[in-house]
Amino acid sequence: MLQKTYDKIDSIGRSILSIKAKGVHNKELAEVIYPNGDKAFAQVIAINNEQVTLQLFSGGFGVSTNCKIRFLGKPIQVGFSDDMLGRVYSGNGKPIDGGPELLTDMVRIAGPSINPVKRLIPKEMIRTGVPMIDVFNTLVRSQKIPIFAKAGEPYNRLLANIATQTDADVIIIGGVGLKYDEFHYFRQRIEEAGSKNKTIMFVHTHRDSIVEGLMVPDLALAVGEKFALQGKNVFVLLSDMTQWSDYLRQVANAQDQIPANQGYPGDLYSQLASRYEKAADIDGAGSLTILGVTTMDDITHPVPDNTGYITEGQFYMKDGYLELFGSLSRLKQQVNETTREDHRSIMNVMARLLSEAEERVKAQKFGSVKDDYSFRLLDYRKTFQKELMDPFRYLELEDALDLCWDILARYFKKEEVGLSSKLIDSFWPKEGQYKILKPHNNE
Amino acid sequence: MDMQKAKGKVVSVNESLVGVIITQGAVMNGEVAYIVIEDGKRLKSEVIDVKTGQFVYLQVFEDTSWMKAGDLVEFSGLLLAVKLAPGILGSVTDGLQNPLYELAKKEWFLERGLEVEPLNNKTKWHFTPTANKGGFVTGGDILGAVPEKIFKHKIFVPFSLQGVFELIEIAPEGDYTIDETIAKIKDEAGAVQELTMSFEWPVKMAMPFYERSVPEKPMPTGIRILDALFPIAYGGTACNPGPFGAGKTVLQHSLAKHSQADIVIIAACGERAGEAVEVFKDFPKLLDPRTGKSLMDRTYIVGNTSSMPVAAREASVYLATSVGEYYRKQGLNVLILADSTSRWAQALRETSGRKEEIPGPEAFPMYISTLISAFYDRAGVEIFKDGSSGSLSIIGTVSPAGGNFDEPVTQATLLSTGAFWGLSRTLSDARKYPAIDRIDSNSQYPSLLKKEEVAHLLELLRDGKSIASNILLMGEKGITDETYIRYHKAELLDAVFLQQNSFDEVDGVSNPSRLRIMFDMILKIIDAPLNLKGKDKIRSHFNFIRQAFLDWNYMKIDDTNFDEQNSKLLNLIKQRAYATEDL
Repeated sequence: MLQKTYDKIDSIGRSILSIKAKGVHNKELAEVIYPNGDKAFAQVIAINNEQVTLQLFSGGFGVSTNCKIRFLGKPIQVGFSDDMLGRVYSGNGKPIDGGPELLTDMVRIAGPSINPVKRLIPKEMIRTGVPMIDVFNTLVRSQKIPIFAKAGEPYNRLLANIATQTDADVIIIGGVGLKYDEFHYFRQRIEEAGSKNKTIMFVHTHRDSIVEGLMVPDLALAVGEKFALQGKNVFVLLSDMTQWSDYLRQVANAQDQIPANQGYPGDLYSQLASRYEKAADIDGAGSLTILGVTTMDDITHPVPDNTGYITEGQFYMKDGYLELFGSLSRLKQQVNETTREDHRSIMNVMARLLSEAEERVKAQKFGSVKDDYSFRLLDYRKTFQKELMDPFRYLELEDALDLCWDILARYFKKEEVGLSSKLIDSFWPKEGQYKILKPHNNE
Repeated sequence: MDMQKAKGKVVSVNESLVGVIITQGAVMNGEVAYIVIEDGKRLKSEVIDVKTGQFVYLQVFEDTSWMKAGDLVEFSGLLLAVKLAPGILGSVTDGLQNPLYELAKKEWFLERGLEVEPLNNKTKWHFTPTANKGGFVTGGDILGAVPEKIFKHKIFVPFSLQGVFELIEIAPEGDYTIDETIAKIKDEAGAVQELTMSFEWPVKMAMPFYERSVPEKPMPTGIRILDALFPIAYGGTACNPGPFGAGKTVLQHSLAKHSQADIVIIAACGERAGEAVEVFKDFPKLLDPRTGKSLMDRTYIVGNTSSMPVAAREASVYLATSVGEYYRKQGLNVLILADSTSRWAQALRETSGRKEEIPGPEAFPMYISTLISAFYDRAGVEIFKDGSSGSLSIIGTVSPAGGNFDEPVTQATLLSTGAFWGLSRTLSDARKYPAIDRIDSNSQYPSLLKKEEVAHLLELLRDGKSIASNILLMGEKGITDETYIRYHKAELLDAVFLQQNSFDEVDGVSNPSRLRIMFDMILKIIDAPLNLKGKDKIRSHFNFIRQAFLDWNYMKIDDTNFDEQNSKLLNLIKQRAYATEDL
């Protein structure tokens, strides 16, 4: 296709540039050509007559009014082939692991969504070995679910654990705004787990431009989707989507868009949704599961808030624990009926009792906890946290369920827990005979 | 008659907002236009603003990649419309009425520029005429009927036709497609028009009521807390705002399955695709206990999910509403579940921002409240010429930012709806589903219970809440046994009656007669005198009752053990009622 070069640059900002040009396509890929011959990518994001706005992959710093812009007559694409497995790419799709650039088929990014009738109802549990997930918020193939956590929590460790402990055919890591040591951790963890040959990384670190960071989820998801269409079960890990949203805010701001909440653009919801909705179990093909990270301080902040409305639940990590309250798997009901007959009921009862215990914690501050039942609830809460909430304790689902019964039996009478008589008859441990729970030391 | 249709050229592109200069003809605000891009694909769009200097703004219902300044725009001269005819029930379409199963035959992905016939025009429907040749008709009159799934679908003279027409020809009983001529009418000037079983209606225009009446008959939903405390009526409106994770979706699905409406229309607007998929893949397998037919036979789904083009969200809500009004005209009780109206409002906000309109609160456009009120006003009870009636009820989900009900969309919705079901994160964290706030929710419609019965329950719930805060401050020992009993009665009412396991086949739905049986039992417990001393004994007493009641909730009403359990519960209440000692 004919490539046109223009040199009438009007303005240069931190991440966008505007130029006079004709016959340019919306979303067309372009090159910034520096006077010394260096090149960097850019993309058309708005057109007004001959005024064309581009976002700059390498940022606006160092771009001069005597740079030229060459429009390449094609949209942004990403390579796709099995040879990409084991490799590491940047946010503009170039290899950064020292390996050779591959000549592969190119596929479109940010394509349309799959027709809903081609989606299957998610129905297959993914066993992670993490009790708070398997028992209380079961992960399901094709789910889209982020970890909500403060910066500094070990969320990337959990992310890498889940991806490598499960049966994914292909793992794609999309790192947005990673610190160098996080990037290094992912690489190391994947290699240790022997998963390198089924993993592709697209990595944006803090030294790269924000526009490259913005591209990472699209590249990761486009490649993931292709593998899924070939029948593979794909895991895409996206960390951290809060930084991604922040980049989105910066670019929107540079375009003078009217901000909605806390400076974020009004389309933050749609932007996040069009990425997360790529997760799907495809009729006649494979599946794509998305595990994300959303760093946050406050759940009502626009990023976790919008994310929560989009994703199929979230895992809430606090003080190194996976919390019960605040965590949710919307798809668990699709699978936890067929795991074991007590699964649903015990999950609900454990949660209800923990919620009662939380009330007692509040009451304790007023010094109003004086009765035996309340004291038992408080002990129950401590044991629950210690035995079940550690995200790095590995337990098979069945063992974790037995552990729940053990904990109930230690602190409560049968009629106090509100379980059906039928389940109690089958599962209530005999006096002092716990299957998993270790005997009490201080009792 | 054929006016020359307008043409134009693209001058600006900013995501879904495209500026166009008119090069010939006249344009109408709201008319449909097609932008022809380089590869020849025609992207459907709608005029949303006409500016000076022959400049108009279009919102494009498709991805605008690869569009460029100078691309040709062809205007249609027609408003965005829905095709109304037999064949809508049981189908799944996008927000522009493209059937998704038909689209899937062409492409796996929702590629842009694809349009297919909204309704099957090959299917033959068995038409039986009821109007007589030589008679006089007007818009909305009935020409005949065809059987559609679970009911008799009336064939109307298009509602848009005004004045009196002579029916000069009507087809004999037989099988016809929706596009075949079944009647000819002549106006006073002698002009003849051919009518088929289908016609179009502009989706943004409310269909006029023949005669409007007020909603006053409760519509059973099978959800106890709603039917008992915060009911919706046939023709009424309700909203269920709530933070994410509080159970909006599960509630909507439960309403879609169990509400005693004739037709249920689900407008999945800007929400997760997976949720719509669950409905249209599960419903065909589920039986509607009232008709014995598949649940899908009474359902129509409009899916414009969150990753589909944003501009079509608005269209999807109006499309659903127009179809709802049409089936109300059929004399049926229709329920629309709109999930979520906030996403529609956000779509308007995106477009408004790109047009650089002066923003209102939280950057929503100033006119958002007017649009929301006008939307809910399309619900209502309609009385027809022959005295029969139909109704359209709307239940809208609201997804307030940060779960904060002060935001503009929630506030506008509260002003426009008759029932408010506020979902609470505190309740959902405590797994008290449905997590509808027991104290702050309300409804202006009549309940399946008597007024004084509702008041009785609400009083107990309020008492329970205030005692709970006393216990928090002073501990169980700080309150009297009598107060403690009152507290446990409120807790029991919540646990066994207001809470409901929507994933259980039996507990998930309580029809009006079962609701009555359960309420009577609850009432016996609440009103029974209880002479127990000591907090432990009181707690244990209510634990036993709760256990027995929950077991009862999971039994089918015609199970043999249902009556046994009933007696067991009565005994538990009686035994303890007069006992001074623990038995």
